[in-house]
Amino acid sequence: MEIHLSRRTLLGLAAGVPVSAALAACGSSGPGTGGGATYWYLNGQPQEGVRAGAVDAFNKAHPEEQIKDTTFQNDAYKTKIKTAIGAGRAPTVIWGWGGGTLRSYVKAGQVEDLTPFFDEHPEAKKRLLPSSFDAATVDGKIYAMPGETVQPIILYYNRKVFDRVGVEPPKSWDDIMALVPRFNAKGIAPFALGGQSRWTNMMWLEFLFDRIGGPEVFQAVIDGEKNAWSNPRAITALTKVQELVEADGFIKGFSSITADSNADQALLYTGRAAMMLHGAWSYGIQQARGGDFVPGGGLGYMNFPPVEGGKGDPGNTVGNPAQYLSLSSKAGSEQKKTAREFFAKGVLQDAEVKKWIDNGSVPIRLGTEKLLAAAKNAEFLQFTYDIATKAEVFVQSWDQALSPTAAETLLDNIVKLFQLSVSPKQFADNLNAVTGT
Amino acid sequence: MSVLISHQPRRGPRSILPWLAAPALVVFVGFAVIPLVGVFALSFTTWDGIGGIHPSGLTSWRAVLTDPGLPHALGVTFLVMAVSWAVQTPLSILLGTFMAGRQRYRAVLGVVYFVPLMLSSAAIALAYKALLDPNFGLGAGLKIQVLSQDWLGRPGLAFAVVVFVVSWQFIPFHSLIYQGGVQQIPKSLYEAAQLDGAGRIRQFFSITLPQLKYTIITSSTLMVVGSLTFFDLIFILTEGGPGDATRVLALDMYKRGFQASLMGPASAIAVILVLVGLALALLLRRLGGRDAGASQLEGA
Repeated sequence: MEIHLSRRTLLGLAAGVPVSAALAACGSSGPGTGGGATYWYLNGQPQEGVRAGAVDAFNKAHPEEQIKDTTFQNDAYKTKIKTAIGAGRAPTVIWGWGGGTLRSYVKAGQVEDLTPFFDEHPEAKKRLLPSSFDAATVDGKIYAMPGETVQPIILYYNRKVFDRVGVEPPKSWDDIMALVPRFNAKGIAPFALGGQSRWTNMMWLEFLFDRIGGPEVFQAVIDGEKNAWSNPRAITALTKVQELVEADGFIKGFSSITADSNADQALLYTGRAAMMLHGAWSYGIQQARGGDFVPGGGLGYMNFPPVEGGKGDPGNTVGNPAQYLSLSSKAGSEQKKTAREFFAKGVLQDAEVKKWIDNGSVPIRLGTEKLLAAAKNAEFLQFTYDIATKAEVFVQSWDQALSPTAAETLLDNIVKLFQLSVSPKQFADNLNAVTGT
Repeated sequence: MSVLISHQPRRGPRSILPWLAAPALVVFVGFAVIPLVGVFALSFTTWDGIGGIHPSGLTSWRAVLTDPGLPHALGVTFLVMAVSWAVQTPLSILLGTFMAGRQRYRAVLGVVYFVPLMLSSAAIALAYKALLDPNFGLGAGLKIQVLSQDWLGRPGLAFAVVVFVVSWQFIPFHSLIYQGGVQQIPKSLYEAAQLDGAGRIRQFFSITLPQLKYTIITSSTLMVVGSLTFFDLIFILTEGGPGDATRVLALDMYKRGFQASLMGPASAIAVILVLVGLALALLLRRLGGRDAGASQLEGA
């Protein structure tokens, strides 16, 4: 076949190509009909390596069904994934935290109902912690495959700093307030905090609400009760956190520290801060980055202590019951098939489970007690496992449990609360306006 | 495009002119006009960015216009605009005049001054954020007390840092504009002034500054309209914080749209942003006088 190209056609092509290339470059790898399935998840070691390892293992075992993975930074991902889904360019497998965000995907018909999948593959469900399915369930149907690890929020402390100052870990809120001046007097920040990330501050409120008022105070918010934030016990919790800020309980400059930079954790393992409230995933990060700190027994950990006169069970915890993989309803049928295969045969296989445990995390797979006990971080793993399995109530992180709109108002106001620029009452009023029905 | 085709029968170099404008026109329509119309339409809807788009009349506008966050963001935006203009303009004029000299060392320094302009805003913001970190930054590293302030954690300081970094990034660009402007001024003016016994300072105020009038207007327009779109730098440095101390309008729009999933109100803010930008550009053109095309040498 002979192709005749006139000069005009060539010029036209030359002019057109950059434009179309530029336009194409605007979108990331979208769904597309052919090709393998796509999967986006968070970067940051050591977790990133485990996620990538699971994908690689699946790709090797299934040469004809490939998954292409792309990684994103935590705070950036939260926006990126929403935009991509809204634009119809979601990856086949959507990594997330379940809860309110998942509900917004479901309402928009963007994710597949996986209930039939779990009916077909009962073994995929039976091998996971039952509590991990709550945040994946919307109106009685399962819309996400729980995966990875259970991540309660833990109160970490630096044992060496405690020894040097000659004090004991806190057993109550009053102990915490008493410790603050002791550390400040020695030039050590009582608590590290990456306040610019906002959800880091939120963890404090999650615990204070629970310890002071019990889980029903925040449950009232989720249920959309009118003026739920004005509950006197909520106001007490908000007041207590401001007292801690006023007493210089947090590291100087906390409102400009981001959690994505891991600077808050560096403050703890370098001994410039004595304590830190952070997720269970922080253990692995401190182990990877803190040099001798974790192996040398420098890192102490405990559940958040009770507050005097509080109603909440001190065994309760807050955090992420699991991570969640949803299936984009816009994906092609081949891609969906590959993703389902990945859910059934690729998620939390033995090799991945072992890697999570080595990193100091507790995978949500059942029957891992022996593995946990034999691991090098056995003590911490047992501690996390006990919290996760024995907690009467496991409150999902608020910003994930609420709708994205309410979560944004919440996070904004939490920052202002920690800046002392709104009073507890103003905080409650601002939030009642977005969460009340 | 059909309008353009009707010009085709005419021969000669003129007929090709509209076609030369076509690529720019396509890009402008594709990336400015169409999105603008889209945003205007979206501002009358309710959309969470994920699901369906529902028309909702003036709901978004009402929500935005009654929100105390809007006057605050507008205030911060104008303050950033005014302060960064006041910092950048005198420095740029002085640097530009300095670089316009013919000496070789000035040319070398000119290249050095130019460096910040070649860096991306994101890189600059990340570098400054790391340098200004109160615990691991420059001050803490060198153990200099003055430098280990909570730069980005206090409202006033954070604002000053934003203005400083913006100025640091853009002064080179405006210096370049002024350098060109100064080099356009005829030598004869300076020679005449010298004969009349005017010193260097007198020459600067009586010849250079008046002759730069239109350059100042051009540079100010770029600064003022450009400052409306500051986003990447502030987003990385402070994310609008602490609290909302550095939350400019563009950042407010992004946060509402992409973090709070309120595309309707975010679009309304985008429309406000466009209107403010257009009004400012028109105002500055007015300041330049109606005879902006006339000779700058008149009365010199």
